[in-house]
Amino acid sequence: MTSAQIEIQLIACIVAIACAIPGTFLVLRKMAMISDAISHSILPGIVIGFFLTEDLNSPWLILLAALSGIITVVMVEYIQKTGLVKEDTAIGLVFPALFSIGVILIAKNAGDVHLDVDAVLLGELAFAPFDRLLIGGTDVGPKSLWVIGTILLLTLGLLIAFFKELKISTFDKQLAATLGFSPVLMHYGLMSIASVTTVGAFDAVGAILVVALMIAPPAMAYLLIKDLKKMLVLACIFGVIAALAGYWMAHWLDASIAGSITTVLGMLFLAVYLFAPNSGLISVLHRQKRQKIEVHLLTFLLHLQNHREKSERHINHLNEHINWHKVRATSVVNLALKNNMITIDDHIISLTEKGKIFTTEAINYIITNKSAAIEDMKERFFLFRG
Amino acid sequence: MSVQEYFSLVFTDYTLRTITLGTAILGIVCGMLGSFAVLRKQSLLGDAISHAALPGIVIAFLITGAKNSNTLLVGALISGLIGTFWIKGIITKTHLKSDTALGLILSLFFGFGMLLLTFVQKMPNAQQAGLDKYLFGQAATLVESDVWLMGGVMLIALVVLVVFWKEFKLQHFDADYTKSLGFNTRFLDVVMTALIVLSIVIGLQTVGVVLMSAMLLAPAAAARQWTNNLAVMIFLAAVFGAFSGIFGTAISATSNNLSTGPVIVLIAAFFVVISFIFSPGRGLLFKQIRHWKNRNDLQLHKTLYFMYEIAKTHQDISHPHAVKILNNFQGYTKNSLKSLADREYITVDGAMWSLTPKGYEKAINLYNQQDNLND
Amino acid sequence: MKEKIAIKVDDLTVAYNFKPVLWDIDLSVPEGVLMAIVGPNGAGKSTLIKAMLDIIKPIAGSVEIFGKPYKKQYKEVAYVPQKGSVDWDFPTTALDVVMMGTYGSLGWIKRPGRQQKKEALEALEKVGMLEFRSRQISQLSGGQQQRIFLARALVQKASIYIMDEPFQGVDATTEKAIINILKELRKEGKTVVVVHHDLQTVPEYFDWVTFLNVKKIATGSVKDIFNDDNLTKTYGINYKVSVLQ
Repeated sequence: MTSAQIEIQLIACIVAIACAIPGTFLVLRKMAMISDAISHSILPGIVIGFFLTEDLNSPWLILLAALSGIITVVMVEYIQKTGLVKEDTAIGLVFPALFSIGVILIAKNAGDVHLDVDAVLLGELAFAPFDRLLIGGTDVGPKSLWVIGTILLLTLGLLIAFFKELKISTFDKQLAATLGFSPVLMHYGLMSIASVTTVGAFDAVGAILVVALMIAPPAMAYLLIKDLKKMLVLACIFGVIAALAGYWMAHWLDASIAGSITTVLGMLFLAVYLFAPNSGLISVLHRQKRQKIEVHLLTFLLHLQNHREKSERHINHLNEHINWHKVRATSVVNLALKNNMITIDDHIISLTEKGKIFTTEAINYIITNKSAAIEDMKERFFLFRG
Repeated sequence: MSVQEYFSLVFTDYTLRTITLGTAILGIVCGMLGSFAVLRKQSLLGDAISHAALPGIVIAFLITGAKNSNTLLVGALISGLIGTFWIKGIITKTHLKSDTALGLILSLFFGFGMLLLTFVQKMPNAQQAGLDKYLFGQAATLVESDVWLMGGVMLIALVVLVVFWKEFKLQHFDADYTKSLGFNTRFLDVVMTALIVLSIVIGLQTVGVVLMSAMLLAPAAAARQWTNNLAVMIFLAAVFGAFSGIFGTAISATSNNLSTGPVIVLIAAFFVVISFIFSPGRGLLFKQIRHWKNRNDLQLHKTLYFMYEIAKTHQDISHPHAVKILNNFQGYTKNSLKSLADREYITVDGAMWSLTPKGYEKAINLYNQQDNLND
Repeated sequence: MKEKIAIKVDDLTVAYNFKPVLWDIDLSVPEGVLMAIVGPNGAGKSTLIKAMLDIIKPIAGSVEIFGKPYKKQYKEVAYVPQKGSVDWDFPTTALDVVMMGTYGSLGWIKRPGRQQKKEALEALEKVGMLEFRSRQISQLSGGQQQRIFLARALVQKASIYIMDEPFQGVDATTEKAIINILKELRKEGKTVVVVHHDLQTVPEYFDWVTFLNVKKIATGSVKDIFNDDNLTKTYGINYKVSVLQ
């Protein structure tokens, strides 16, 4: 590996971590689309900043562009407050307009601005090592590494300092307000960090990858884990894996690095979406199938308990009256038999002692404790699951 | 060529006429269907679908090697639909919320599309350059067959909306009630989603995947401000959409190096801003004026009521009182005194004022109203 | 009893995410009663009426309207959803919303005409909202919005009226107006089913009541079954009718 390659990977990893941290909170606060809006609407800020500073890595440009990100958030919230349009429409109106201004500014000044539209969307990570930061004539590394590194340190510092406040204001706004942490301050703090990070990362990796890195790693982590701290760590790890794998994929395919990283993120997400142990699609479908037959079993048992008269307990009654198809009725009856919940005597079904206890407990459980899972109880009673 | 020249040539020049007609039709389709996208609270779904269409376009190109826009649109349609279904799958089968699902599909599909696109750009055969236009749109590349396609979609959308007008209106207002009346809401849902996806796909060449969603939202959001009638709203949205399309195309076609998408979006955004501020019913300006006026009225009424309390103590309600007494009351100013006199509630004579019978009547009514409110 | 059964619910079980919210409900609503469904929050009251209306599919059991499945009888039933369930900023007028009540009998594609408009205006007059007919619906007060919903149901000229908390967030005048119309409907022999929150007014407003908490606790005439025992069984705490009044 050449030193340029190492530097590119380092930058990509730091960008991934810097994005995953605010991204985790955005995903948890149901504001993921705000990152999309910010990543688009900082463009005019960047272009104007570039006219003024002539340097894409100048801290002034970053502040100016981040400001346009925050202005977006304020504008969206203002429009939402007027009630003139629905809430999501407000986002959908503001950022395309600002992005369009940015694109037109670039097109109109193509000669002066060394930004082209592809770079806006995809960044130029491959060229990042060529722009060096010189301090007193010594080369201390690529500028973008310093920029994004500083932003990451800032983010980490704020995260550690305000972790408790962020956590409470994310999960329980009212509690946060009563405890004296201003949710508004936390909200705008988070938006500011998201904006600054987006701007810092934008030059290197482009608008699309910023959005992907802010949303996809936290979303994957959220599918695997519920604890906030672990989620943050896991999101960073996913981001770094995607950054490294994406870099080498781009190297191998001779294609855009940002595009490759996003593609790796997509594949990782697909894998997590399908195979995550509890929340993945396969596990969900499997569980739903089991729960479906078990809820039918519950229904059936309760029906037996509610109706003592023989006609209601005749085996044919199941199809006729409860409205089930034969296949379902048979599989439900078999499951109940296997678990010793019922006995069948001359086509008349009766609950066993165990069946009676189970049914009584289940209904009490559901009436008094609706939100909690009934799964524990099933574990205790069932020999065979559905 | 300047914009004026453009419009003077529109009716005679074949190419200009094709382009203009195409964008106008696109604007109409987007305005009509965008109204429903806004009402069904799926504003950002369009954004995700249009971004998700990019890999489909590039893959269709890689497979067929053709620049024929219809083939590419089929690719766009397929990957847009895959994106839509995946979003639905994420929302219904996991605990991730809709905003995360939208953001995920949008960025991941688009990133993948960009990867393929840069890949294509490095391929030796030079004819692929045309794919770039799908990012920000290039109306100038529209040909007659594209316009026919757009016209076809417009016709389909129009016929479907007219035929199922009552059902769509009902369903977007109150879906459960629609079901209770015996209508099949799933069918209506599928038809509307299909139309919206179709309208996005046919707009990609002109407006581009990045900004297509705004083309859908902005005309509808602007139209909503001017009317409380769904049919009028859709008509206005179609008009706003058509004008955004035409002007956007004219400006971008007459200047170098300017994609159509951003220009169209800015013109549509201009309509939105004007509508937000100046619409008579809902606009911010008139709301503010009404707010000031109400506050002013309230102030006057308070003053009048204070005067009534003083005048009440006298047998003769029109007995003159000194203006000085009013100094105890904070709401009073010279202006408010004059306004009350203008409305003939009081007469002012030098440093004295007296209540007129009309003013007395008014004050009693105010008193009654207050009583009612307290009930 | 020889009276006709308007709604017959048979062994009905409904589950959300595979957890039962209604469990093996058997229920017969005789024709011509004014019935309240009461129960604590989350007892499945709205779910029960949505299952009656075929809006939610049950996992077991069935509902019959005058002896036939809902699909064949939807013209016999009018529904008043919860006020909060719709978007009141929708671009439409009060008259337009009431006209929607005629859509069911019109069926697919056919448009409402003069006759439908006349019926809608009559319904508006009945709920005292005629002068507000061309108002945008967001400019109506909560009580007025509820009256519009009621008018929309009246236009359906159904035999059964099913309402989800029609008294929620309405002013006292509207509440009185609504209950008068409901009583009038009963006089005409219609059946009215109302999800109700305010236990205090049950004996005054209704003649029939169903206690619900996931299971059916009791159903019958208010005179017979609106007592301490059933209230306690439903709400879990020691409830006394006397305390309500």
